[in-house]
Amino acid sequence: MTAEPLETTTKTRYDADTLAALTADATAIMERYPDPRSGLLPMLHLVQSVDGYVSRDGILFCAEMLGITAAEVSAVATFYTQYKRHPNGTYTVGVCTNTLCAVMGGDAIFDELSDHLGVGHDETTPDGAITLERVECNAACDYAPVVMVNWEFFDNQTPETATALADKLILGEDVVPTRGAASVCSFKQMSRVLAGFPDGRADEGVGAGEPTLAGLKIARERGWTAPDADTGSEPEGTAPSSTQPVGKPGSSAERKPATPSDTEVGKDKKPGEDAK
Amino acid sequence: MTLTPVLTDTWDKARSWRLATYERAGGYAGLKKALTMDPADLVQTVKDSGLRGRGGAGFPTGMKWGFLPPPDGGPRYLVVNADESEPGTCKDIPLMLASPQHLIEGVAITSYAIGCDHAFIYVRGEVLHVYRRLLNAVEEAYKAGYLGKNIQGSGFDLDVTVHAGAGAYICGEETALLDSLEGLRGQPRLKPPFPAVAGLYARPTVVNNVESIASVPGIVAKGADWFSSMGTEKSQGHGLFSLSGHVTRPGQYEAPLGITLRELLDMAGGVRAGHELKFWTPGGSSTPIFTQDHLDTPLDYESVGAAGSMLGTRALQIFDETVCVVRATTRWTDFYAHESCGKCTPCREGTYWLKQVLHRIEDGAGQEGDLELLLDLCDNILGRAFCALGDGAVSPITSSIQLFREEYQAHIDGHGCPFDPSASALFPYTPKTRTPGALAGAGAGGH
Repeated sequence: MTAEPLETTTKTRYDADTLAALTADATAIMERYPDPRSGLLPMLHLVQSVDGYVSRDGILFCAEMLGITAAEVSAVATFYTQYKRHPNGTYTVGVCTNTLCAVMGGDAIFDELSDHLGVGHDETTPDGAITLERVECNAACDYAPVVMVNWEFFDNQTPETATALADKLILGEDVVPTRGAASVCSFKQMSRVLAGFPDGRADEGVGAGEPTLAGLKIARERGWTAPDADTGSEPEGTAPSSTQPVGKPGSSAERKPATPSDTEVGKDKKPGEDAK
Repeated sequence: MTLTPVLTDTWDKARSWRLATYERAGGYAGLKKALTMDPADLVQTVKDSGLRGRGGAGFPTGMKWGFLPPPDGGPRYLVVNADESEPGTCKDIPLMLASPQHLIEGVAITSYAIGCDHAFIYVRGEVLHVYRRLLNAVEEAYKAGYLGKNIQGSGFDLDVTVHAGAGAYICGEETALLDSLEGLRGQPRLKPPFPAVAGLYARPTVVNNVESIASVPGIVAKGADWFSSMGTEKSQGHGLFSLSGHVTRPGQYEAPLGITLRELLDMAGGVRAGHELKFWTPGGSSTPIFTQDHLDTPLDYESVGAAGSMLGTRALQIFDETVCVVRATTRWTDFYAHESCGKCTPCREGTYWLKQVLHRIEDGAGQEGDLELLLDLCDNILGRAFCALGDGAVSPITSSIQLFREEYQAHIDGHGCPFDPSASALFPYTPKTRTPGALAGAGAGGH
C-alpha cells in the first residue's frame, strides 16, 4: 500500500521535503494497526497539522498512502466535525452550547464572543487567529459553562473571562487552560498530537480540578472509605475468587427479584423508599 | 449510604497520573495476581463480582467476555470505549486525566483474560490533554514491563494503541466505534453479529467502557465478594456519580450503586442557594427525565428502570425552577439531529422534524396539535433504527411532555417562552435579542 514510487506518481502538490516527512509519519501511523486503513483518522489529523485543514492535497495524500480513492477519504473527512474543510484559525475557540452549559451561561458566552469577534459559528476572524464554534458536550459538565481552546479545558467561564481569553489569543499571548498543558498550542501542533505524535507535555498541568475531587474531599473529611478486602481468607494467587460462595447454586444471588424492593435487601432503606 | 472512593482514591495525590504514584497506592497488584490465574477463572471472577457495563447499557461485563467464541488461533481484540460524549456524562474524561493507569492495568488484565494481544483505546479527539496523558501512561507501562513482550515474565504479550477520534457522538455506539476504528465513517452496524463474534476486522472483540475496565483491577486484587459487598443485590459495586448543573458543589461522587439523589445532593450542598429542584436526568440526556418525586429512587439499574428511566451513565444533571424544560429539550434535540449519522431514515429525518417543531414552539410559533405531532414523530423513531441514538433522542421529549405538558402548552398559548434565560445562568447578563423568539413577544420568531 505504501507504494514506493509515490514521489513520482503523486497527484499532490507538496514539495519533496514535506511529502517525505508526511510519508514517514503516515507510515508510522499505519504500523500501529493490523490494517493500515485504521490509520485514516490519525492521518487526517496529520494532514491538518501541516495544512491547517483537510486540504485537497491532504485528501489525495491519504488516498495514495492507503490505496483508496479520494472520494473514500472525503467521505470520512466530511463525517467528523474536527476535520475542517477550510483553513482553520490558529485557535479553535469552542463554546459548549449543549443544554447544561447553555443554561448555565454558555449561550450568553457564545453570543458575547460572537459579537466581540464579529464572527459566527464555524467562522474565522480576518486575522486568522480564532475560529469560533458552538461545540457539543465535552464531558466537563461539572465545570459548566465550559469553553475549549484547541480542545484544552477552560472551566467555569463567564462572558468577561471568555472575551479576555479571546483578546489574549488575538494578541498572540499565551493562555493557560484550567486543566491542561501549561499553555495552549496552535491548531497545527494540536493536530500533530492527535495524530499520535506526543509533544512531551503530558506532565504539565493538574491532575484534577476541584469538582473532580468533590466527592473524594467529603470522603476524606468524614473518614469514608471503600470496604477493606477480605484479608486472610484467601491465600494470594492460589485460590481464584470463583471458589468463593458468590453466585453459586443455591445462594441468594441466584434468586430472581420479584419486586424492586428485593434489590434493596440489607441496604440502607429509608421509609417510603419502596414507593416509586 | 457513604461514599466509597476506589477509582477516585488516588486523584488527590501529587502527579496522580504517573505510574509511580499509582504503584505506591497498590497499583498493578491486580495484574500481578491475574497473571498467576487461569484466564477462565478471571472471567468467572468478573462474572461473580456482578460488574455491569458502566457506559450506560449495564450489560454484565463478565458475561460479555464469556460470549467470545473459543480461540481459533486468530486474533481477538479488546477495544475500550473512551468516546465519552453523552450530554451530562463527565466521568471517564476526569478519570483518564487524573489516573490513566487504572485504565491501563484494567486493559492488561482484561486482555489476558480474553486472550487478546492487541488492545485499543478509542478516546474522543476533543480532549487533547487526556490523549497526552493516555499516550504517556501507555509509554510508562511499556517501560515498566506491564505492557509489551513477556509481561512480568509471564509469557503474555500485549500491545496497546491509543486512538484519537475526530468528533462524532455516534462513535460512542460500539459498532459505530468499530467502523470508525477501521478508518470508516462511524455508522452503526446491524446486530447480530455482535462484536463478540465479528467485531474489529470481523474478529471476536470485546468493547467495554473506561470505567468498567478501570474497575477490573480492584475486583481481581480484592476479590469478587469485596466488589459485590457494595451496591444492591442486582446492581453491585461502586460507580462514579457525576453531579452537574444547579447544584452547590458539582463534581464526581463515587458511591455504591443504589445511593439516592437526595443523599448525593446532601453531600453536594443541595440545589443552588435560593432555588429548588425542577427536573434532572439520572444518566445523561438519553434517559427520561425525573423530578423531585424521584429524589429517593435508588440509583441502581432496576430501581431507575422501574421508575421509568435508565441508570445510564449516572450523569445527574440538575435543573432548578428557572429552567424552561422546552428550551432544555429543544437544545438536546438540536444535538441529536446534529449527531444522527444519517444511516437510518427514521432517525435522520425524524430528528430533523422534531427540531423544527420544537423550535417553533420555543420561539412562539407553536400550533395546536404540535404536542401530538411531536409524540407521533417520537413513536415513529423509537425502536426503528439500527442503534439507540434515535431512542435517546425521543427520551427527553416524551418524558418532558409527560411531566410538563402544561409548560409546553403555555408556550403555544402564550406565543413564546415565559422564562428569562438569564435567571438560569451563573452570572447576570442581558440576553441579546438577536435570536428570534428568545425573549420576543407574541407572534415573533418561527423560521
